[in-house]
Amino acid sequence: MYTQGLDQADALPDEELSERFEAKVAAEEKVEPTDWMPAAYRTLLTRQIAQHAHSEIVGMLPEGNWISRAPSLRRKGILLAKVQDEAGHGLYLYSAAETLGVTRDELVDQLLSGKAKYSSIFNYPTLTWADCGAIGWLVDGAAIMNQVPLCRCSYGPYARAMVRICREESFHQRQGFEIMTVLAQGSPEQKAMAQESLDRWWWPALMMFGPPDGESVHNDRSMRWKVKRFTNDELRQKFVDMTVPQAHFLGLTLPDPELSFDGEHWTFGEPDWAEFKRVLAGDGPCNKERLAARRDAHADGAWVREAALAHAEKKRG
Amino acid sequence: MGDHSVEALLRVGDSCLVLAQRLTGWCGHAPALEEDIALANIALDVLGHARGLLTRAGELEGAGRDEDALAYLRGAEEFRNLLLVEQPNGDFAHTVVRQFLFDAWTAELWKGLAESSDEVVAGIAEKAAKESAYHVRHSSGWVVRLGDGTEESHRRMLAALEDLWPYAGEAFLDDEVDVAAVEARLVPLPSSLEKPWRARVSYVLEEATLPVPPDPWWQRGGRQGRHSEHLSYLLAEMQVVHRAHPGVQW
Amino acid sequence: MGREAWSLWEVFVRSRAGLAHQHVGSLHAADAEMALENARDVYTRRGEGASLWVVPATAIVASDPADSSSFFALDEEFRHPTHYVVPDGVTGI
Repeated sequence: MYTQGLDQADALPDEELSERFEAKVAAEEKVEPTDWMPAAYRTLLTRQIAQHAHSEIVGMLPEGNWISRAPSLRRKGILLAKVQDEAGHGLYLYSAAETLGVTRDELVDQLLSGKAKYSSIFNYPTLTWADCGAIGWLVDGAAIMNQVPLCRCSYGPYARAMVRICREESFHQRQGFEIMTVLAQGSPEQKAMAQESLDRWWWPALMMFGPPDGESVHNDRSMRWKVKRFTNDELRQKFVDMTVPQAHFLGLTLPDPELSFDGEHWTFGEPDWAEFKRVLAGDGPCNKERLAARRDAHADGAWVREAALAHAEKKRG
Repeated sequence: MGDHSVEALLRVGDSCLVLAQRLTGWCGHAPALEEDIALANIALDVLGHARGLLTRAGELEGAGRDEDALAYLRGAEEFRNLLLVEQPNGDFAHTVVRQFLFDAWTAELWKGLAESSDEVVAGIAEKAAKESAYHVRHSSGWVVRLGDGTEESHRRMLAALEDLWPYAGEAFLDDEVDVAAVEARLVPLPSSLEKPWRARVSYVLEEATLPVPPDPWWQRGGRQGRHSEHLSYLLAEMQVVHRAHPGVQW
Repeated sequence: MGREAWSLWEVFVRSRAGLAHQHVGSLHAADAEMALENARDVYTRRGEGASLWVVPATAIVASDPADSSSFFALDEEFRHPTHYVVPDGVTGI
């Protein structure tokens, strides 16, 4: 339903179509799959939505790792539901990307071949149960901060997927904070576990907002086309301002000696951007495992997908 | 209520718990994204059934053990689950066959438990019956697709059936615990569920172009606490964090 | 790889009796039963649905956006109630 119309332009020349498109986006009207759009807009959206989808899917792995060891049955159920939601979110996003004329298979191929990027945070290992708390609290907290403005994104299918995702995601952050609260108020060993986990996840969480504004490649166009509403640094600041008091509530210490309140905002130290680039380039502690896990699942499932199709064909006769 | 009641409930509750634990292993690794979500839904339902029954077993026992004490602080020899559910996930065919054999059993079991003299158990069963009806629809669908799919999928299903079939009959073997619990009208008699179970299994396997294997010596012992080698590993993983921090909240 | 690609289905959910089915998204499935079950698992995890439709994406016939200015050009203002002047003092119309 979405592919038709992708290649057929109006009788109008590109410049005029382009002007109309810019005016429409500037007026906060939504762009829908079959509308004319500049090739660069399509490319930008496809890449961003696909990266977002890949992040959800790869993001299942670090926490999924702990479902089998969750320390109570209640936590086991919550964590499973949460990781399952991420599969759902990945699926909504692949669906949104498909409206731009790519197939999910093409996108998955790009992920498995290492060509496509995903959020670098998922290349860090989950080493203790507290990491499930820290990820929910910080990583999902940062994700929500990134995602809420995307609910107003100019591309209709992406915006609609984000509305659904944000609605479902609010429990993710809360369950993480609840894990941290129980640990922080628990035995000395539990509290130490929570602190150690916060120490490891704090800086990678700040890096989730992307490089500093000066170095961000796609900022200007993304902003003009109402894909992005805030800059990386603006969102990062918002996140720090929101999170510092929460850490204080928990009685945990953020691993940043430069952290101080200027009366309005929390000023903070510079994340290690060299590390960020390294992890993004594939040299994080878990890049290889994460991709290998996805490749294995895909390869091991091939005969299943094939058999289901073969059966459906037999039934059609 | 006596020990027989607790035992009888643990036999069902532990089977649900161990299966849920196995199913969570697919999360993030299933053959398709849609099926990843479906398996997680089933695991969540079955985990819910386990929690309800373990909680009730703990209450009837009256020794102050809640669901977590029962799940995390018993050794393998104290677990009362069917051997079937502790068998490894294997390939997707093994998971599908294990799930189908289990679902076809619980589809009948919950109907019986819904008539339990224990109102809490009856309430759990009534809700579980609806969920299991969906599970068996889902797993039957996969048995048929894979049985009657490609040559490879058919071959894999035959292998899975051969591996798992010897564990299928344990659910229907009565012992004195069952008889006592049936006298208290707590649970249905295991052997009474066999006929409808067989009817469903034969029907679905036939549609899947898979033969119903001949009855072997049914592997048994799980319901009495004598397990296969797999369970201890499964529990070691499941219990590791909980046991490392005795007596705390999570 | 093409050999295993499941086809695309569009999903419509009726959230409760009395409301129309609404498009919620899409998914992949090999057959109709799988599409229905997947739709249930993917799009009604939080009890959002009382009824589901799944439709093969290829079965949907869509209007062409290139034509939309002519296709939706009907300009019959007189079909809208605001076109008419109701005299002051007249009520119930």
